[in-house]
Amino acid sequence: MFDGKKIGEIGEGYREWADKLEPKLARRPERKADFINTSGIPIKRVYTPLDVADFDYMRELGLPGEYPFTRGVQPTMYRGRLWTMRQYAGFATAEDTNRRYRFLLEQGQTGLSVAFDLPTQIGYDSDHPLAQGEVGKVGVAIDSLKDMEILFDQIPLDKVSTSMTINAPAAVLLAMYIAVAERQGVSSKQLRGTIQNDVLKEYSARGTYIFPPQPSMRIITDIFSFCSQEVPQWNTISISGYHIREAGSTAVQEVAFTLADGIAYVEAAISAGLDVDEFAPRLSFFFNAHLDFFEEIAKFRAARRLWSKIMQERFKAKDSRSMMMRFHTQTAGCTLTAQQPKNNIVRVAFQALSAVLGGTQSLHTNSMDEAFCLPSEEAVQIALRTQQLIGYESGATETVDPLGGSYYIEELTREILDRAQNYIDKIDELGGAAAAIEKGFIQREIQDSAYRYQREIEKDERVVVGVNRFQVEEESAKDLLRVDPTVRLSQMERLKALRLERDNGRVKAILSELRRAAEGNENLMPLILDAVRAYATLGETCDALRDVFGEYQAVSTIGG
Amino acid sequence: MDDKRRIRVLAAKPGLDGHDRGIKVIANALMDAGMEVIYTGLRQSPEQIVEAAIQEDVDVIVLSILSGAHDFLFPRIMELLREKGVNDVLVIGGGIIPDEDIPSLKEIGIAEIFGPGTYTDDIVRYIKDNLKR
Repeated sequence: MFDGKKIGEIGEGYREWADKLEPKLARRPERKADFINTSGIPIKRVYTPLDVADFDYMRELGLPGEYPFTRGVQPTMYRGRLWTMRQYAGFATAEDTNRRYRFLLEQGQTGLSVAFDLPTQIGYDSDHPLAQGEVGKVGVAIDSLKDMEILFDQIPLDKVSTSMTINAPAAVLLAMYIAVAERQGVSSKQLRGTIQNDVLKEYSARGTYIFPPQPSMRIITDIFSFCSQEVPQWNTISISGYHIREAGSTAVQEVAFTLADGIAYVEAAISAGLDVDEFAPRLSFFFNAHLDFFEEIAKFRAARRLWSKIMQERFKAKDSRSMMMRFHTQTAGCTLTAQQPKNNIVRVAFQALSAVLGGTQSLHTNSMDEAFCLPSEEAVQIALRTQQLIGYESGATETVDPLGGSYYIEELTREILDRAQNYIDKIDELGGAAAAIEKGFIQREIQDSAYRYQREIEKDERVVVGVNRFQVEEESAKDLLRVDPTVRLSQMERLKALRLERDNGRVKAILSELRRAAEGNENLMPLILDAVRAYATLGETCDALRDVFGEYQAVSTIGG
Repeated sequence: MDDKRRIRVLAAKPGLDGHDRGIKVIANALMDAGMEVIYTGLRQSPEQIVEAAIQEDVDVIVLSILSGAHDFLFPRIMELLREKGVNDVLVIGGGIIPDEDIPSLKEIGIAEIFGPGTYTDDIVRYIKDNLKR
């Protein structure tokens, strides 16, 4: 970016400066011997044009909305439209959650994000024995289309976009969403939203898997194929680094393991006979916004550049939308402290700002109380206001990629990309993401990083304000939002009533048809949609698939 | 305790919760402190956990739940241990557990609850100081 003569001058100036500094440093050393970020990248004292002297602007950055999308996926970014402000929410019954959604929409939220309870995420109805103690706890309990109708009551599905954090049973919940829309008179072609549908990271980091990898990949590609025809505006997957990071990975590992999962999905869809440009434009991503402000901004930019190169060079995509990495971001839940919880408001604010400076398409900001309970209405409001402050007051939105060209950011972007690429090469050698997970490689890498991070805190090498520094005596939090333990009983009542009033013969016939189809290779989506319309429950539908596909058995990565 | 035998610990994830960062960090720390750790993996029923504790003849059970299901699953595990006559095993818990729930969990026999921000060294020390056999 600079001519040779100028670089020479800068180099000379830099050397003089460094020489002058030497004796001063001897007298007054810096705070630490080494400055290293979470990814293990050494951070220099200062970055200058010397660090980016060989930088090829058009190849590595380009312009916004153009390959390699380092500067953003849209040409005008937030000058055109702000990101979607989307708070992940759901608890207790569909009625309770529907009230929270309507509150959030009234407060100016621009998209919905559904949190399901664990039984729903693992394909069990609320009356399943393993659902005891879990119904309605970490999200809303959905057993059948009945619950879904209540969840979206008075919410026009042609107007909002909805993201659903659902993976192993994603096909069933998407089918329910389509069926609710039908009842509202909204065509599936008008629906906008996202299903997470990323089962690989369930095996490596999040834990809500049901089926083994192979049939899981088949369901996922069935969804890609079905949606490309029937739900064309839907994001068919949200390939997620968020949980990989929450499980303890570094920023580089987050990029690498997420993109490696992405590669596996693209390969699976191509081997299922789909054309890359038919499904790739609907792939979306989901990242974490962690503490190190600049490392995070560089991470988002590196991920975008690396994905565009993978899509163009490895998969020969032609449509530029196939190369465009669109992503959602959530601030890092694992960085919230139970100690002095109001400090979390500030943590969340700068994490959110890093996501905006990194060019996110949508954002969830955590609530200050989430280190110890479900967020209260007040805490959620502050979290949403944080986004609105960044969007409307901070000025960060007035130009595209405001930190583009920063010597530090550009060097860090390149370093993160290179290190992530090395990991992807290693995963390729192991046979791809699914094989690397089955060998326990990804899990071990994540857990080693998590352990290292914890040891750094305990050895006081990493400061956590309020935890290992600046502690105060505190009273414990009062009046926490709690889920009524009778939610399970009311869901069980509703299930009982449903099984009495629906056409059980029809449900049985569709489910056996589904079993038969699962044994072959036809697309499962149309049958799942039929099952849902006939009020087959989530558990019944997943059980039909369990009968054929079996269940995943995790590999152990602890001990010898 | 017999000093020839290393402290044996069952690290367990009851219920459907998939958050295993904490339990794995603790398992690693306990192993570094010289203990023998058996990790159950995810999605263990109370019955499976109690069965494993007896089979493996552990001195300590470490339970981790971040889903809020501790109010059902912890009491169930303690009840099963009592039914099986197991009363010399130290049981400790952790995860996202509101302070106001702690007294009732202690009443049913969970010796201590460790929340977010706890140092692993403190857990190691606690186990060594409070072993029941």
